Amino acid sequence: MAESTVHPPSKALVAQPTLSHRLRASATALLFLLPAAALVITFFIVPVIITLYISMTDMSTSTFSDPNFIGLQNYSRMFRSGAMGKIVRNTVFYVGTTLALFNVGMALVIALLTTHIPRRSGAFFRALWLLPRITPSVVYIMIWKYLAADAPFGVFNQVLQPLGIAPENWVLAAPWTMVILVNGFIGASFGMIIFTSAIESIPESYLHASRVDGATALQTIRYVILPLLRWPLLFVMTYQTLSLMTSFEQILLLTDGGPGYYTTETWALQAYHRALSNYFGNVNFGLGAALAAVLVLIGVILAIVYLRVFRFGELVQEPKIETL
Amino acid sequence: MIEERFRARNILPYLLLLLLTSPLLVGYLWLIIATFSRRTFGLQPDSLTLANWQFLWNFDTWQGSIWAVTLNTLLLAAGLAIVVVALSSLAGYALSRLDFIGRRAFMSLTLVLHAFPSVTLLIAIYFVLRELRLYNTIAGVILVKVALEMPLGMWLMKGFFDNVPWDIERAAMVDGASRLRIWWQIVLPLIRPGIAALAIFSFISGWNEFLIPYTFILSRQRATLAVYLQQLVGDSRFVDYGQVAAIGLFQMLPVLLFFLFTQRYLLNIYAGGVKGGA
Repeated sequence: MAESTVHPPSKALVAQPTLSHRLRASATALLFLLPAAALVITFFIVPVIITLYISMTDMSTSTFSDPNFIGLQNYSRMFRSGAMGKIVRNTVFYVGTTLALFNVGMALVIALLTTHIPRRSGAFFRALWLLPRITPSVVYIMIWKYLAADAPFGVFNQVLQPLGIAPENWVLAAPWTMVILVNGFIGASFGMIIFTSAIESIPESYLHASRVDGATALQTIRYVILPLLRWPLLFVMTYQTLSLMTSFEQILLLTDGGPGYYTTETWALQAYHRALSNYFGNVNFGLGAALAAVLVLIGVILAIVYLRVFRFGELVQEPKIETL
Repeated sequence: MIEERFRARNILPYLLLLLLTSPLLVGYLWLIIATFSRRTFGLQPDSLTLANWQFLWNFDTWQGSIWAVTLNTLLLAAGLAIVVVALSSLAGYALSRLDFIGRRAFMSLTLVLHAFPSVTLLIAIYFVLRELRLYNTIAGVILVKVALEMPLGMWLMKGFFDNVPWDIERAAMVDGASRLRIWWQIVLPLIRPGIAALAIFSFISGWNEFLIPYTFILSRQRATLAVYLQQLVGDSRFVDYGQVAAIGLFQMLPVLLFFLFTQRYLLNIYAGGVKGGA
C-alpha cells in the first residue's frame, strides 16, 4: 500500500474490502448520512406512507380527529366523479401542448438560434430566457396578468387592437393560451440549457463537412444536429412530462383552475384544492390524498424508468477510497 | 447582391430571437416602468412618481412594515442555504468516499427522489408538520424545503467530491486523522466553488419560494415576501399595480444581482434538473 500513494492503485492491486472494513466504513458513513437521512425519511418516506393511508380513509374537516377506514372508496369515487373526465382531459391537453410547443419545441429553437449566432449574443439571449425561472413566481404571474389586462392598460390589447381584434382581459378570454404561455416561458429554459450544451459538444468537423457538402443551415440541422440530439430530446421529454404533470403553482396563481367550472383545473391542482384549500368549504383530505397517490405512483414509475433508460449504472460508480 | 443575401442571413436569427423573446422583454420592461409611474397604458406611463416606493420607509401601510416581511424571507433563504449546504456536503462526502453497506440502495433512492414530484406530498407533509409542532413556523418551512432540495444537493456535492484527487486525503489518513476532520479541514476547502454555487442556488430558491409558506404558514407576522405580495395582488380593495410592481421588483432585486454575477455557476445547477414551473 505504501508505494501506491503516488499513483492511484489499479483495481487488481487493492485488497478486496473485507467485511470488517465495510462495517467500519458503514459506521463512519452513518455519521455523515444521518442528518440527511433523517430529513429524507421524515419528509419523503413517511409522507408517502401517510398519503397512501389517508387516501383509504374518509378524513375531512368534519371527521378530522376520528377518520374511518374505507378501503378504496376514494379511488372509485374519484373515477366516478363527473368532473374527473374534464380534469383528465385538461391535464393531458396541458402537458401535451406545453411540452410540444415550449419545453421541447421552443427550447430547441432557442438553443439552435443562440448557438448559431456569436457566443456572447447567444449567452445574452439564453440569460433572458432563464429570467422567468429565477423570478419569484408571484412577480412573474403579476407581469403576465398585466400584459393581458383590460383595454386601456394591457400591452396585448395595444398590439392586437390595430389588427382589428377586440380588446379583452386575456386571462379570462383565453385562459388556456395564457396558462400555456406562462408555464411554457418558464419551462423552455430547461431544455434550452440541455440542448445548448449538447449542440456545443458536436465536433466542429461534422458541421464543416456538412457545409462543404453544400448543405443549407436547415439541412444541417435536420440531418446532422437533430440525429445527434436524440438522447437529450428523449431525456427532456420524459423529465418534463413529469414536471408538468405535477406542477400547479403557476396555474394556481394565474387562474386558480378557472374561470368558471374547472376550465383550467389540472390533476395536481385538483389534489391541492381538495386537500389543502377551502374550495367548496369542506376540505377533503381523503380524496385529495387519493388524487395525490395516483401522481406519486406515476412519479415513482417514471422516475425509475427514466433512471434505467438514462444509464443509471454509470452514475453509481464505486467510490474511490474504499479500503482505507 | 451576394453581400445583401449574406447580411440578411446574419440578421435573420437575431430577428427571430427578438420576436420569440419579445413577451419577456416587454414584460420585464413594464415591471420597471410601472414601479415609477402612477398608471401605465401599455408601456406608456401617465406621470412619473416615486410614490410607489413609499413602502420602503412608510411603515403605516395596512399590512405593517415591509422590513419585517423581508426579514422573514431572509431567514428562510439563509436558513435554507446553510442547512442544505451543511447536510449535502456531509452526505455527499460519504457517497463519494465511503464504501458503506447499502450505498447502492441509498444512491438509487437519492436519484429516484431527485426525479420525484415532491409537491404531491404536500398534503401528507401537513400532517407531519402538525405532529412535530412545526406547522405555522418558519423553521418548519425551512425543514420541508431543505428535505425537498436534499436529493439535488447530495448529488451535486458528491460530484464535486468525486473531482477532488484523493492522494492528499490518503496522506492525512495514514497520519491518523479522523474522517470527520479530513472532511472539514482538507476536502471542504477544496470544493469552495461548489459550495458557493449550491448556497446561492438554495438562497434564491428559498427567497422565491411561494407554495410552501403559502400552504404551511397562517400568521401574517410570519409571512414571506412572496406570500405578502400574493395577498396584495389577490385583495380586491387593493388594485394599485404601481405599488405591487414596486414590491415585486424589490423582491426580485437580490435575485437579479446574484444572477448577474454568478450566472455561469448557476447554469450548471439548473441544467441538473430543477423542478417546479415545469
